[in-house]
Amino acid sequence: MSAEEKILELVDVYKTFDDLTVLKGCNLRVKKKETVVLIGPSGSGKSTLLRCINLLEPPSKGSVVFEGHEVSGDLRGADKLRRDIGMVFQNFELFQHLSAVENIMLAPMKVLGMSKADAHDLGLELLRKVHIPERADHFPDELSGGQQQRVAIARALAMRPKIMLYDEPTSALDPEMIREVLDVMTELSNEGMTTVCVTHEMGFARRAADRIVFMEDGCILEDAATEEFFGGRANERAQKFLSQILH
Amino acid sequence: MSLDLVVQYLTSQSFLNGAWITLLITLVSLFFGVLAGFIIALAQQVRFAPVRVLTVLYLWLFRGTPVLFQIIFIYNVLPSFDIRFNAFWSGVIALSLNEGAYMAEIIRSGLQSVKKGQRVAGQALGMSRLSILRWIIMPQAARIVLPPMGNQMIGMLKTSALVSVIAVQDLLLVANQTASADFRYFEALTAAGIYYLGLTTIFMMAQGAMESALDPKLRRRRAAGDRGPRAVARRILTSIQTAGGDNVR
Repeated sequence: MSAEEKILELVDVYKTFDDLTVLKGCNLRVKKKETVVLIGPSGSGKSTLLRCINLLEPPSKGSVVFEGHEVSGDLRGADKLRRDIGMVFQNFELFQHLSAVENIMLAPMKVLGMSKADAHDLGLELLRKVHIPERADHFPDELSGGQQQRVAIARALAMRPKIMLYDEPTSALDPEMIREVLDVMTELSNEGMTTVCVTHEMGFARRAADRIVFMEDGCILEDAATEEFFGGRANERAQKFLSQILH
Repeated sequence: MSLDLVVQYLTSQSFLNGAWITLLITLVSLFFGVLAGFIIALAQQVRFAPVRVLTVLYLWLFRGTPVLFQIIFIYNVLPSFDIRFNAFWSGVIALSLNEGAYMAEIIRSGLQSVKKGQRVAGQALGMSRLSILRWIIMPQAARIVLPPMGNQMIGMLKTSALVSVIAVQDLLLVANQTASADFRYFEALTAAGIYYLGLTTIFMMAQGAMESALDPKLRRRRAAGDRGPRAVARRILTSIQTAGGDNVR
């Protein structure tokens, strides 16, 4: 892997909460335009690893390297780093007091100093991209879960991120709404958006992922190309997990 | 009993002055009370322990003693330490500090009612702490805080009558003096009561207006044509109902 196509690297990352060690020396490399899916049993540290990437959870030990710069050393630069890293949460976390389009406009206006008119244009453009332009003036509690999550994706895209992180984006959704969110994610991934996604949706993983990373108990146990992983060449523990979630 | 006399009191210069003093004390004390409350609420979130201890001490002192005691204390006891305020400012200081203690609790609960995930979502977008507080936390907390805060504001209008014990010429003192001078208790106190009700009504309506101004959905509905006299009447009714509570000290 050449240096210029690598966008993100986690080097020997540990994360400890009080006396609980959640991450035990994780290494991960993500190339530009690559889509990596993180899977593993609950409590294995997937979400924590994801949050270490944009320093929402600063690593206790080890380093995060983004575009060739170590970013985990000085947390004062975290705000600036996060402009380049979009994040989507399990519970959407749309700002309840703002309409769909205003949710998208807020960060470009307050962080990048974009004018209201430009931000509004950007908001509508992104809502078209996630296929809900007609919901621009609706408030979060007037939207379905699937629509809320798509607005949340648009909100993250508004900062023109270089990489997108998804933390179980469909886990809080009713089954009939999962598809519309995964479709948007797949489209973005196919357009070349670098993606790291924690999910249990194996269909999405097969369709969109270049690599599958399997975690258990704070360690990365498998890191393989998608075809290999699903082609029965994953390690024994990962195979067992797969058979469990595929019923 | 004479209605003419009630009207005469209502329009007299001394009652008008009294009502004005009552309104002034209320508004000035509310301003400093909300300010104090906001500072205390933020100070409670500071990690530095001595700051938190000070806030607890403040809340303990001002919620733990009667506001009437605080007024008399500031007016009568502080001068013996060479700290002197005139009656008006003694009243304002006592009411502000007392109000600050209650406002602090209300504002704190409002800030806490905004879920942590909202702050994290702002962080993830690269927003600064101040930006998150101003554009994400405060607008959502304001909507939670407004109804109890409105109660406090109306409560303050009535509590301000306590300053009459340190001879501030507020509405109640004027009414009481007039009544005992003319032996016309019914007329004088009726006039004062009408002023109080008028002022509290204005406060309730102001609260209702603020609540709908902070509710984006209501604002949108209004823009879409929910105007008309019936809509206005319904709004006033709702505002009176939501502001209906009382505070007992």
